[in-house]
Amino acid sequence: MIANLPFIAVALLIGIAFAMILLKRNMIKMIMGLGILEGAVNLFLVSLGYREDGIAPIFTSAPADPTMVMPTVQALTLTNIVIGVATTALMLVFVMLIYKKYGTVNANEMRRLKE
Amino acid sequence: MVTGLIGRTAGRLLVPFIFIFGFYIVAHGHLSPGGGFQGGAVIATGVALVLVCYYYRECMEHFIEAKNFKLIESAGLILFICTALAGLVLASGFFFNWLNASGGLFGNAVEYGANVGDLFTAGIIPVLNFAVGIEVFGGLSVVLLYMFAGLKETTKEEDDAEPHNFAQTEELP
Amino acid sequence: MARCSVPPKLAIFLIIAVTLILLLPAFGLSFGHPLASGTDQYYIDHSQEQTGSNNVVTAIVFDFRGFDTLGEATVLFIAVLGVAMFFRRTH
Repeated sequence: MIANLPFIAVALLIGIAFAMILLKRNMIKMIMGLGILEGAVNLFLVSLGYREDGIAPIFTSAPADPTMVMPTVQALTLTNIVIGVATTALMLVFVMLIYKKYGTVNANEMRRLKE
Repeated sequence: MVTGLIGRTAGRLLVPFIFIFGFYIVAHGHLSPGGGFQGGAVIATGVALVLVCYYYRECMEHFIEAKNFKLIESAGLILFICTALAGLVLASGFFFNWLNASGGLFGNAVEYGANVGDLFTAGIIPVLNFAVGIEVFGGLSVVLLYMFAGLKETTKEEDDAEPHNFAQTEELP
Repeated sequence: MARCSVPPKLAIFLIIAVTLILLLPAFGLSFGHPLASGTDQYYIDHSQEQTGSNNVVTAIVFDFRGFDTLGEATVLFIAVLGVAMFFRRTH
């Protein structure tokens, strides 16, 4: 059980992220929750591919006959990070525009102002 | 919001080293941890340092304009696609590694197993690394420039008057 | 605003349910011993002879799964395009 600590940490982080997304009213904090969710998913992917006593899958100056961790999940994590940066920048720009138009970043207040 | 002389000088001194470090990460993407995305992000960090040390207005006057960064980004993506398409023309398929072990640019044969690493191996992978590095550098720099442009900027007269105001507010408590 | 200060019960229930469901991998999987690793072992064994790259992750990102990276670069490009489009007026 304690050896599976990364998976428990993933579950707790995803719980925190969902709590931030669903309960917070500030849109910047909702985007922070999405960032935590991304980090949790990255941690889940990387810890899925870990092998015991494994080294990074790079042959430069590696020891002879090495055990390497699984590389595919790391490639997918790289993809996830880049797309996360792009979408976060886009969402922050949306929030900047909403603040410029409505004068608030609170989701409830903005809904009331729109009616 | 005034960046002092120390901050400006330190930023000006550090920026070339940050650029060189990012270039190293991009160029050694097929030998060590790193690659195009990471190296491009490091180079964009240097642009962020320039933007913090100097104002957006000053950067636009003395540095590069935002639309040139957009051109850099497009050039990176076009280089990426053209390198992949060249595999279709010169070899058997899209994304075929047609430069690998051919003796040309980046064409040295790699030594199997654990080795010390040769920079001129791996065929089109370093080329694609450079393309992606250029694209990420341009893209993140455009985002940073536009977000800094969204800040409320002070004019030069207000900048000159501002240290006086800071001194007054500091004396109050 | 007083109405919003009390968190809705459904949201709390949903959060706890999601957390408990996601705790299941901690009981089913064992950290450090992946179950299926045939593809990854193939990449590790053959990346040097097929792509010439010492770094297996780079070999996967740019060669074995190059289309993935092409889509990723396109996503980044389009996101930056969206940011530039939104800031067009203020510029």
